[in-house]
Amino acid sequence: MSASDNMIPAPAVRSKPLIIRHLPYFIGAAVLVALAAGMRFDGYILNILLQATTFSIAVFGLSVVLGLCGQINLAQAAFFGFGAYAVGLGTADLHLNFWLCLVGGCAITLVAGAFLGMSTLRLGGHYLAMVTISFQQIVTLVMINAIGVTHGPDGVANIRRPELFQSSQSYLAFCVAMLAIVGYLVWHLPDTKLGRAMRAVRDNELAAGVNGIDVFRTKVSAFAVCAVLGGLAGGLFAGGFAYVSPDQFSFAESIQFLTMSLLGGVASPVGSVIGTGLLILIPEWLRFLKSVPGLYLAIYGLSVILIIRFMPDGIWGFVSDAFTRWRAHTRAPPVAGALQLKPATSGGDIVLEVTGLSKHFGGLKAVDGVDIAVKRGSVHALIGPNGSGKTTTLNVLSGLYKATAGRIVLDGTDITNMAPHQRTAAGLGRTFQNIRLFRSMTALENVEIGAERPGNTMIGKGDDALTERAMEALTFVGLGNRANELISSFSYGHQRLIEIARALASNPTLLLLDEPAAGLNSTEKLELHELLKRIAAQGLTILIIDHDMTLVSEAAQHITVLNFGRRIADGESMAVLRHPDVVSAYLGSE
Amino acid sequence: MDLVLQLLFTGIGIGAVYALVALGFVLIFRATNVVNFAQGEFSMVAAYLMVVFSVDLGWPYWLSFLIALAGMALFGVIFNLGVYYPLRHRTYLPVIIATIGASILLSNSVLAIYGPQPQVLQGWFDTPGIQLGPVYLDSQYLLIIGVTILLVLFNFWFFEKTLLGKKLQATSQDKEMASLLGISVSTMIMITFIYSAVLGGLAGILVAPVLFVSIQMGSTIALKAFAATIIGGFGDVAGAIVGGLALGVIETFGAAYISVPYKDGFAFLVLIAFLVFRPQGIFGERVAEKA
Repeated sequence: MSASDNMIPAPAVRSKPLIIRHLPYFIGAAVLVALAAGMRFDGYILNILLQATTFSIAVFGLSVVLGLCGQINLAQAAFFGFGAYAVGLGTADLHLNFWLCLVGGCAITLVAGAFLGMSTLRLGGHYLAMVTISFQQIVTLVMINAIGVTHGPDGVANIRRPELFQSSQSYLAFCVAMLAIVGYLVWHLPDTKLGRAMRAVRDNELAAGVNGIDVFRTKVSAFAVCAVLGGLAGGLFAGGFAYVSPDQFSFAESIQFLTMSLLGGVASPVGSVIGTGLLILIPEWLRFLKSVPGLYLAIYGLSVILIIRFMPDGIWGFVSDAFTRWRAHTRAPPVAGALQLKPATSGGDIVLEVTGLSKHFGGLKAVDGVDIAVKRGSVHALIGPNGSGKTTTLNVLSGLYKATAGRIVLDGTDITNMAPHQRTAAGLGRTFQNIRLFRSMTALENVEIGAERPGNTMIGKGDDALTERAMEALTFVGLGNRANELISSFSYGHQRLIEIARALASNPTLLLLDEPAAGLNSTEKLELHELLKRIAAQGLTILIIDHDMTLVSEAAQHITVLNFGRRIADGESMAVLRHPDVVSAYLGSE
Repeated sequence: MDLVLQLLFTGIGIGAVYALVALGFVLIFRATNVVNFAQGEFSMVAAYLMVVFSVDLGWPYWLSFLIALAGMALFGVIFNLGVYYPLRHRTYLPVIIATIGASILLSNSVLAIYGPQPQVLQGWFDTPGIQLGPVYLDSQYLLIIGVTILLVLFNFWFFEKTLLGKKLQATSQDKEMASLLGISVSTMIMITFIYSAVLGGLAGILVAPVLFVSIQMGSTIALKAFAATIIGGFGDVAGAIVGGLALGVIETFGAAYISVPYKDGFAFLVLIAFLVFRPQGIFGERVAEKA
């Protein structure tokens, strides 16, 4: 981790526009659409293709919510059914325009998905699993029993198609085109801001929060996107088959969607298509199994267990993982310029002002009326023996714990009652004692999430600017040449540096470092010390917690000492370290 | 008024079944931090075992009962080894999905063997019930309520007063510390699965004469038992029991006064209402995330 390679100013990274880079995809899609429109299929093959196409779109939804965001949805068939009934009842009973019904169905599923998500996504995943099952059951009950509206078990017949695509062949071509468009969007989603946020939430909710991501909103978005794709797929399905009935949208169908998603690989739309295709074709080959009721679903159930056990990333996950590892070693990362830190200077001389801060856990006063004032541009250390309340203080500052009493003002803004991601937006950056990186992403992607902090004035518009900023931060900590490697291939010390780079890329006003030297060997500690000097040289204010007295006394100008949750000393470094109370707190009194 | 008392009795009877299954949920959740979505299938499998022994083979009721429960203990072992144990080091999501897979595998395997026709299982007693003033007390419901009371007492004694119970509690609270103290965590989890399977099986056998023995009985009971655990307060033993009883009563009154076809929907509506307005349930376990 030498500092020399970030001194050469390099030209900004500019890649070709996305539309050109992805041209092969669109050409391939156009060929498929032409084939679907031009080739002659018999009715049986046509139906299978139509089913596979529409189901794939519904399974795309699961790849977003489960694959990208790590949340479970066991009611995809219900959303699929919403879309199908919207088109079915709309065109057959109300004689409305097909497009109107399709869009209306999507809107209904969007609202239903968002509402369902908002009611449970604050809680753990078990609740979500159970609530989506409940929702699925209620929807099925209504479809069967509200005969006046849904025609009950008889289902809806004579569903119409749009004027433009009356023949089955042209309708199939239309569905394939929709599949290609939606597939493109879902494929591209992980590289957008929302997609990165979803992956961050999946990998580590806590770290996502302190890096400025609104975890709850991200989860609800993922859930709503999943629902909408289900609704769209259902609407297309209804138009294709002209008849729908409640049993096509039951819990068993939701499980079938889930199995398709898991088998192909939940993380990618390619996996969705593979899984859907296989699970539609295999049963056609094994039709004889359908003669025994239940046998067929029993095999589904068994496959779910076996896939989860032996192939957790699905077929495509297995293939693409190998590809990613190979690419990380062959693709040269872009060259980056020097990192600029321009901490905001809107407030006065004091960047962080903490007054009377308390945190009580039941009767235990972990932090009890602590005052801290961190001067702009200084390195301020918070020290104290084990159990003195240092980390609790840091967790209250970054919003992971709610303060029992007291006030926290960051650069003139009162952040006492803000959520973690709001504090980050206000200018707070932090690292963790036990490293919290997003483990399924590359170093660069991790740092990009930091750079995306709302309110970061140091990045321009567009993905290139983002990558550039992230590369600068990685280069600053000396890891620019390994940007495309996955987190798991880095040593512990390097992971710590990536976490610091992630915080630096966001251009914070105040950087909180939670025991950055913990677990580092002596060479790494020296390098860390050098890095802190280079950060401080750019005028960034740092609040550091550490046990390493050499590091603290050399790096910090100002020290606050805690013991038993109370402040026992505060002032200029050398004076504080000689303070009799501090000496006795660390070494014991005679 | 007579109708109200009658409905209350029926509601508590059916609620007791939910409570038993909910107890099984909670025990496994506390031991493994995973919700077992195949819990209801434990009840269904046990009810079918009862049909095999008592109806098909014509064995005496008490013997069939004992053998069915023994079968459930074995089933708990197989379930643990086949579904939970291989995934014990993964996050909760793969485990949830695997238990859902197991639930589908079980109910549809039974469907493949027995077909879709519901089976009929006789109750334990020959007398159908007794008239107590205005209320008719069905003998099977009386049995269910009685067994539930006994089991709640047994549960309390087992977890609070025996060494094995304390070891199980220690394991559920801190696995690493428990193993450092010489407790075999995998054995404790195995015992939990066995106990939970037997509890679920007992509930299935008791409720079978009241409902029909069908492949859907498992998932219906499980969903309601899970709703009961949330209403009572997730992970709380007393909450599971109170929640189960409350749900049984709500559902019975809902069916009588509001709508019969939507009877199964009430539980879910109550569940969603609780999740929105009081996610910590009646007994108020904190569900906020830990930093």
